Amino acid sequence: MTREGIVNAVIALGLLLVPLWALWANEPFTITLATKVAILALAGVGLNLALGLGGLVSLGHAVFFGIGGYAMGILAQHAQTFDPIMEAPFLIEGTKSMPVIWLVAVVSSALAALAIGALSLRTSGVYFIMITLAFGQMFYYFAISWPAYGGEDGLSIYVRNEFPGLNTLNPIEFFGITYVLLLAALFLSARIAASPFGLALTSARQSPQRVETVGLRPFRLRLTVFVISGAITGLAGALFADLNRFVSPTMFSWQMSGEIMIFVILGGVARLFGPVAGAALFILLEHWLGGVSEYWLIWVGALLLAVVLFAPGGLIGLVTRGQK
Amino acid sequence: MSAPVLQIDGVTKRFGALVASDGVTLDLRPGEIHALIGPNGAGKSTLIAQIAGGLTPDAGRVVLDSADVTALDTAARAQAGLARTFQISALAMEHTVLQNAVLGALGARGGRLALFRSVLDDSELREKAEAALDRVGLSDAAGTVTAALSHGQRRQLEVAVALTLNPKVFLMDEPMAGLGMEGTAAMTTLLDSLRAEAPILLVEHDMDAVFKLADRISVLVAGRIIATGTPDAIRADAGVREAYLGDEAPA
Ligand SMILES: Nc1ncnc2c1ncn2[C@@H]1O[C@H](COP(=O)(O)OP(=O)(O)OP(=O)(O)O)[C@@H](O)[C@H]1O
Ligand SMILES: [Mg+2]
Repeated sequence: MTREGIVNAVIALGLLLVPLWALWANEPFTITLATKVAILALAGVGLNLALGLGGLVSLGHAVFFGIGGYAMGILAQHAQTFDPIMEAPFLIEGTKSMPVIWLVAVVSSALAALAIGALSLRTSGVYFIMITLAFGQMFYYFAISWPAYGGEDGLSIYVRNEFPGLNTLNPIEFFGITYVLLLAALFLSARIAASPFGLALTSARQSPQRVETVGLRPFRLRLTVFVISGAITGLAGALFADLNRFVSPTMFSWQMSGEIMIFVILGGVARLFGPVAGAALFILLEHWLGGVSEYWLIWVGALLLAVVLFAPGGLIGLVTRGQK
Repeated sequence: MSAPVLQIDGVTKRFGALVASDGVTLDLRPGEIHALIGPNGAGKSTLIAQIAGGLTPDAGRVVLDSADVTALDTAARAQAGLARTFQISALAMEHTVLQNAVLGALGARGGRLALFRSVLDDSELREKAEAALDRVGLSDAAGTVTAALSHGQRRQLEVAVALTLNPKVFLMDEPMAGLGMEGTAAMTTLLDSLRAEAPILLVEHDMDAVFKLADRISVLVAGRIIATGTPDAIRADAGVREAYLGDEAPA
């Protein structure tokens, strides 16, 4: 196993053992924290595909996170009020089923990524960052001004959604769901990185000219990864909403996009487990420092600066000392 | 005489007041090395870019194998059989030498790119890439990260990637630039053997190499072809001597 492989295994095991310990020690809040880490890491894994493999600095991934969140919120809201989403031309009802909600979240965020990517990937550099940011703001203000689904106040869901065969209200079982989905997304990412598509995409990041000269189109490659990336972050959004049993426009905010990017950068851009390490560190800091001072984000900012300046490989790069 | 593989027909390109290509017409025949020489800024790279697809000409046509490719983008022209090497290496620097060659083989195979299979376990791609590296003498460096290659090795890798494309035409922009004496000799031998695979349009400043390799030479000055002919004819051409070669042409 490579050094990074060992580090990854330790992180994966750690994220599993902490909530198991918390279960034994009867510390449900710790289980909830671990669940939050798994979900936010999943959002980061999505972004890391676009950012790490594709070199696409998207400051608009909150769009997909929010779409996933609202997919859950809207479906569950209609289910709890027994009020169908539409009746004509055919009946669509709400649902409390997680798999159905996930499917809707993944498909709708993938479609949004397709549209946003098709427009914004024609630009690059700062323009790409600004356009993705602008799309994020559009969705944010749209959500605020959409009274049918709570507007600024958001939507509260009374009972967590259901998964066949599991009691999702039991924290450890819900953690299990998020953990398995995180591992699945990581597995998918690793496969994509090592695939023909991954080779072409990472080459297009380093030298688009080279990729065109062998007969491949960087735009297509980037659009494809942007869609996959958005879909995974959308799934994370649906889970996040389920964790909180609440959705609000802040899921669409640029601060949310920034946070997802911070997970990736803290943990290590293009490192498979970077977003997991980054999200875990972020949540730990929020938990510890947040109790000491409400200005805890200043310390995160300082840490981020230190990482960017002195450890561009992030936490994972630091621990593996740059080795792969 | 067999029909040309590549035909450049009245290609013109202006950058503001500067005419970088001024009605350039030339062709490339099967099995030949056609050298394009001329002073710095004559418009050689600009012409190569218009043939390969990075730049669109203001007028004129590029015809490959009797198909007009002028309207195609770079990727489509590569698929149609144009393999370009760059004056300034364009390679995936963080990837290994083998990965760069596999990328070429991947592009040449066409079709949809698999998302979940391992690219380096694809024996078809790998064999093709390894054969190309072997051909240019880079087999021993297959596992090296490209950024760690010497300048000369990068030139070799550019040629290897072009080879994986099984092209109809090689477009090479100064493949010998910055190579030492030994490197130039090795590259000369390689190019000499490559013309059997596909004809080469060769832009080069090294006159020894050009006169050794070329079947025909075209001289480009200020965007205009002032002469095309055999090395002997070019060497004897008074206009060429005056405009470019001076006493540089090897006897
Ligand atoms: N994109 C561009 N915009 C404006 N001018 C350009 C552009 N590209 C090239 N030129 C100009 O066109 C002319 C031809 O350039 P080109 O690079 O084709 O020359 P070259 O023959 O390849 O020279 P060298 O031997 O130095 O490589 C030069 O005067 C150059 O400055
Ligand atoms: Mg040039």
